[in-house]
Amino acid sequence: MSLNIPKKLETAVNRTIRNYPQKRSASLMVLHAIQEHEGYISPEAVEWVARKLELEPINVHELVTFYPMFRQQAAGRRVIKICRTLSCALAGADGLRRHLCGKLGLDERDHRLQITEDGRFSLESVECLAGCGVAPVMMCGDDFHEGVTPEKADEILKEKE
Amino acid sequence: MPQEHRLILKHVDDPNYGPDLATYRKHGGYRALTKALKMKRKRGAKGALITPQEWLREEVSRSQLRGRGGAGFSCGLKWSFVDRKSGKPIYLICNADESEPGTFKDRQIIYKDPHQLLEGIILSSWANDVELAYIYIRGEFVEGARILERAIAEARRQGYLGKNVLDSGYKLEVHVHRGAGAYICGEETGLIESLEGKRAYPRIKPPYFPAVLGLYQCPTIVNNVETLCAVKHIADNGGDAYAKLGTPNNTGTRIVCLSGHVQRPGYFEVEVGKVTIGELIFDANFGGGLRPGRRLKAVIPGGSSAKVFRAGETFQLKGQKKKVKLLDLPYDFDSLLQAGSMSGSGAIIVLDDTADMIAALANIADFYAHESCGQCTPCREGSLWMSKALRRLAGGQGRRQDAEQLLHIARNIQGRTICAFGEACAWPVMSVVEKFREEFETRGEEHERAATEAKTN
Ligand SMILES: Cc1cc2nc3c(=O)[nH]c(=O)nc-3n(C[C@H](O)[C@H](O)[C@H](O)COP(=O)(O)O)c2cc1C
Ligand code: SF4
Ligand code: FES
Repeated sequence: MSLNIPKKLETAVNRTIRNYPQKRSASLMVLHAIQEHEGYISPEAVEWVARKLELEPINVHELVTFYPMFRQQAAGRRVIKICRTLSCALAGADGLRRHLCGKLGLDERDHRLQITEDGRFSLESVECLAGCGVAPVMMCGDDFHEGVTPEKADEILKEKE
Repeated sequence: MPQEHRLILKHVDDPNYGPDLATYRKHGGYRALTKALKMKRKRGAKGALITPQEWLREEVSRSQLRGRGGAGFSCGLKWSFVDRKSGKPIYLICNADESEPGTFKDRQIIYKDPHQLLEGIILSSWANDVELAYIYIRGEFVEGARILERAIAEARRQGYLGKNVLDSGYKLEVHVHRGAGAYICGEETGLIESLEGKRAYPRIKPPYFPAVLGLYQCPTIVNNVETLCAVKHIADNGGDAYAKLGTPNNTGTRIVCLSGHVQRPGYFEVEVGKVTIGELIFDANFGGGLRPGRRLKAVIPGGSSAKVFRAGETFQLKGQKKKVKLLDLPYDFDSLLQAGSMSGSGAIIVLDDTADMIAALANIADFYAHESCGQCTPCREGSLWMSKALRRLAGGQGRRQDAEQLLHIARNIQGRTICAFGEACAWPVMSVVEKFREEFETRGEEHERAATEAKTN
C-alpha cells in the first residue's frame, strides 16, 4: 500500500514539530496524526515519520510496538474500547463485553482488537479510562460513554452505523 | 455532618459554567496571575528583599502543599531542588496522564475548567523561570486535548501566554502532548522519556532526578494537574490561608474519587484529613453507603497500587492511645501511611461482601502485567507470573500453595526495580493475600480436591 499524506496534514505535522526543541519529541503527536488519517501505522508511514523527524525507522517502529494506542493493521470503521479494569468490572463491564461480542459475532474470550466480518466495527478491551465513577465506561471512536448498560450500548452502535 | 469544601472544583458542576476564557474571567480567573506579574520586589519572610517569583515560591512552601499525583511529596521542596544555576533552560511538565485505576479527578478539571489549570501552569512556570511548558495528557482524553488546545489559543490571544505575558516581559509557551495508552507514562521519568519521543522507560534515580536532569537533561518540574491548580489558589489567597484548610502537614483540599460498590460514586473535594474513610463511604453527602443489605468487605484507599484495607481492621496511629478503626481513619496522607497503606492518587475503591477478592486481585494483576514497561526482570516476569497464578485460581485451577507463591513473587519484586511500579504491582498482591489468606487457601484446596476427584473417577 502506498502512503498518501495530503499537503494539509503535512503542514499540520510541520507545525507540531516546531513545538519542540528536538524533532524526535514530536514522534507520538505525529504518529497520532498519521493514524487518525490512515487508520493505522503502516511500514511506509513509519519510514515517512522517521524521515520527517530525522530518525532511523527502528526508532519509530519501537514506539508503534510499545504504545497500545497505535495499530499496525487496519481496524473496523468504528473502534469500540471497553474498560476492563476493576471499578468497571465491579459495575458489570464483563457482561457488557459479552453482550457486544455476541451482537457483533466476536470471540468474547479474546481481549485484543477484533474486527467484525463486515469491517464496520472493532472491539477491544482497554485498561482504566479514568471514568471509574461512572462505570462501566467505553469509548466509541473518540467519544466517551458512561454508565453503559447493554441497552445503551445498542443505542450507541445504532447511532454510529 | 462533614461537607465538601470546593476550591478547585468550585464551578465545574454549575450548568452555566463553561471551559471558555470569558466564563473563567467572570469568575475571578487570571486575577492571581495579573496581580503576580505586576508585583514589585518585596520583603520576604526572612526580611530580605525578594523577587515576585521568589515570593510565590515562598508562598507555596508556606502552604505545605503536597503533590496530588501519588507520592504526596512537598511541592515547595520539589521546587527548591530545581537546579537554577546550570545555565540550561528549566522546563515544567503538567502530568495529566491520569491512569492510576480508580482515579478520575484530573479529567474533571481538564474538561470543565481548563483555564484554571492553565493559570496554575503559567504561575508555576513564572515562579520557576520556565519559558516552555508541556501538558502531557493521556492519549484517550482526545476531547480533553482539544479543549486544552483551544484554551491555550484563547489565552495566547488575550496575552496570558506568548512572548510578552501581560506586558511584563515574561515569555512562556505551553504545548499539549498526547500519550498513547501506556500507564507507565504517568511515572515522571517514564513521562519524560516519552516526551522525548522514546519508549516510556523510567530512568534510574539517582542521577535522573527531574529537578536536576529531566527533559533533554535539563532541570524539569513535573507536577500533577490538581497540584498546579492548588498553586493558583495559593497565589490568589496566600500560602497561610491555604494552610488553614485541612490539617497540619496535610493542608488544603483534595479531590477524592470514589468508585466501586457505593450508592453514589463520584468525585468529592474535601479538606484533607477533616473527613474519615467511613464518612466518605457512608455519609449521604458522599458515597451514600453500600447497596441495601450489603456489608463492607474491603477498601482500596489510594488507587489500585495502594495496599488494601480489610473491613474491621484497626490501626495504631502515632500519638493516639487507642487503636483507630478503619472507618474512623482520617483520609489524609500521614494517617494512611501510618495505617500501612497510602492515599496515593486520592482514589477509593469500595468492595462489598459480593466481591470475590481473588477475582478482584486477578483483575488488578492483569492490569500490571499488561502495563509493566519490561525493563526490569523482577517486574516484567513477576507481574506476569502473578497474573497467571491468579487467573488459574480465579478460573478453577488453583493450588493451596498459590497464596505462599504469590507472596514470594511479590516480595521479590518490591525494592528491586528501577521505578515504583514494582511496588505498585507487588503491594496489592501482598496485602490482599495476607489479609484474605483463608479465601486463597480454601479456594486452592477446593480446586485440588476437585482435580484429584476428577482423576480417580
Ligand atoms: C507507576 C506510576 C504511575 C504514575 N501515574 C501518575 C499519573 O497518572 N498521574 C500523576 O500525576 N502522577 C503519576 N505518578 C506520580 C508521578 O511519578 C509524579 O510523582 C507526580 O506526577 C508528581 O506530581 P505531584 O508532586 O504534583 O504529585 C505515577 C507514579 C508511578 C510510579
Ligand atoms: S519497575 Fe517495571 S515499570 Fe518500572 S522500570 Fe522496571 S519494568 Fe519498567
Ligand atoms: S476502571 Fe474503568 S474507567 Fe477506571
